[in-house]
Amino acid sequence: MIHIDSVVVRHGAVTAVDDVALRVSAGLTAIIGPNGAGKSTLLAAVGRLIGTRAGVITVDGLDVATTRSRDIARRLAILRQDNHLAIRLSVEELIAYGRFPHGGSGRTPEDRELIERAIDLLDLQAVRGRFLDELSGGQRQRAFVAMAIAQDTEYLLLDEPLNNLDPRHAVGLLKLLRRLVDERSMTVVVVLHDINVAAQFADDIVAMRDGRVMHHGPVASVVTAENLAGLYETPVRIAEIDGRIIALWE
Amino acid sequence: MSAPTLTRAFSAFRSPTVRLTALAALAVGVAVLYLFTDLPGKWEYALGLRWRTVAGMVIAAAAVGVATVLFQTITANRILTPGIMGFDSIFLAIQTLTAFAIGPAFLVSAPPLASWIVELVLMGASIVLLYWWLFLRRRLDLHVIVLAGLVLGVLFRSITGFLQRLLDPDTFAIVQNLTFASFTSVDRELLVPTAILVTVAIASLWPIRRALDVLSLGEASAISLGVEHRRVVMHAIIAIAAMVAASTALVGPVTFFGLIVANLAYGAVGHRHLRSIPAAIAIGAIALVGGQLILDRVLGFGTELPIVIEFVGGLFFIILVLTGRAR
Repeated sequence: MIHIDSVVVRHGAVTAVDDVALRVSAGLTAIIGPNGAGKSTLLAAVGRLIGTRAGVITVDGLDVATTRSRDIARRLAILRQDNHLAIRLSVEELIAYGRFPHGGSGRTPEDRELIERAIDLLDLQAVRGRFLDELSGGQRQRAFVAMAIAQDTEYLLLDEPLNNLDPRHAVGLLKLLRRLVDERSMTVVVVLHDINVAAQFADDIVAMRDGRVMHHGPVASVVTAENLAGLYETPVRIAEIDGRIIALWE
Repeated sequence: MSAPTLTRAFSAFRSPTVRLTALAALAVGVAVLYLFTDLPGKWEYALGLRWRTVAGMVIAAAAVGVATVLFQTITANRILTPGIMGFDSIFLAIQTLTAFAIGPAFLVSAPPLASWIVELVLMGASIVLLYWWLFLRRRLDLHVIVLAGLVLGVLFRSITGFLQRLLDPDTFAIVQNLTFASFTSVDRELLVPTAILVTVAIASLWPIRRALDVLSLGEASAISLGVEHRRVVMHAIIAIAAMVAASTALVGPVTFFGLIVANLAYGAVGHRHLRSIPAAIAIGAIALVGGQLILDRVLGFGTELPIVIEFVGGLFFIILVLTGRAR
């Protein structure tokens, strides 16, 4: 369980997250909202990448601001949008870093097994020995997700993980997240831009705007024409195809 | 040697550990060559002198090389170094300020150890303060840090230039002399304290070597993987400041040397600090001692080694920038 209590995050004079309170439990939760809504900032604050001005965030009851970083890292992995490396690493070497919080050198049998599993899950077998700077943006993105998966945490936070991915790998990643939630009862939180994708794959949706949470609940209760039109200030029609909710922008 | 043996020797050379051992052996070999070949009749005296030169160069190589590797790790880049960031200019400014405020008598007649400690503390403290402000307090991105480094470099150089104009010619000559890098005129009294300081700084990295590896992935990934980012970065900053200050006080400012050494070390043994740090020390020692050896014994030039090193380093820097390999 992630508890977010009256959290405020400021970037200089700008309040990016304004008094947010939220409970996130096991399942796939998608954070949606217009640009500048504070989605990525909120995610980064939960992942202790940035400090909060006020409020408390706990994961499994552990305050992320005061708990030893390594103890958090064994429970929670976070991946940001822009992953840029100054050093030359192969895909496999990068994924092996995922074992660092567990004290692993990446060489114990358990480490090896989890690294292999991450390589398989992200469909990276063919490029495992290649250097990251020789890969396409999508392959690199998947390598970083694989590192987060190899970290073997209960909580996984991903900031716009579908960037750079073609439909095949985007759907593949979403199905993988779904599997992680369904088979391992993980708590996965993703920032997504595509509402239809969020509606199709997520359990719960958090809709943010101007640093505040406007709506939070199961997909069907959040993705309504009225909510979305207000959220994005753009008229929208909600249709249903094969039992799925589809937003059609007018 | 038969073909299979040769093949085996080559494939063994792919292992970073073997390469590191080879580098270390080469460094020791070059030092032995420098010390013991071509000794004149009065060999006791010459050996004493050479021993001091070699020790000074090895210490400077270790300090500059390791400081550069650390700096590149905490900034997650491969072209910036403390030297390029203009820390030599802080050194010049402090030297000039000391001469100006206390008078040249202090620089010349004060016990070297006393003025060493004063310089070291001043320079170390200013570097720690500046880095802390840039990396931890303001959390500026790399481009702003480069810009800040350049601007501060110009600022300190201007202050130095202005103050030097106010100095009388005698004092000016003394300050001028102190502000050029030289490996051959190392003060013997400073050797031991500098060696101790640099050794302590490098040894202190042992417990955080794996955290430093993770830090090369960038701040966000490092935090996600459970590195205590602020603590490790602060530790690295203090070690960098101590080593940069110590080496500058010993041999003077060198701008591009660290850049060559660090990048060659990554190329030879990869990015794990367990290997890249010793490799940087070995490569630095090979470059300095070997360079001095060639200049002295082979070419018989009167050229100072720092000039050659800076020339090669400058070219290397341009190549790195142009080919984009640094990114």
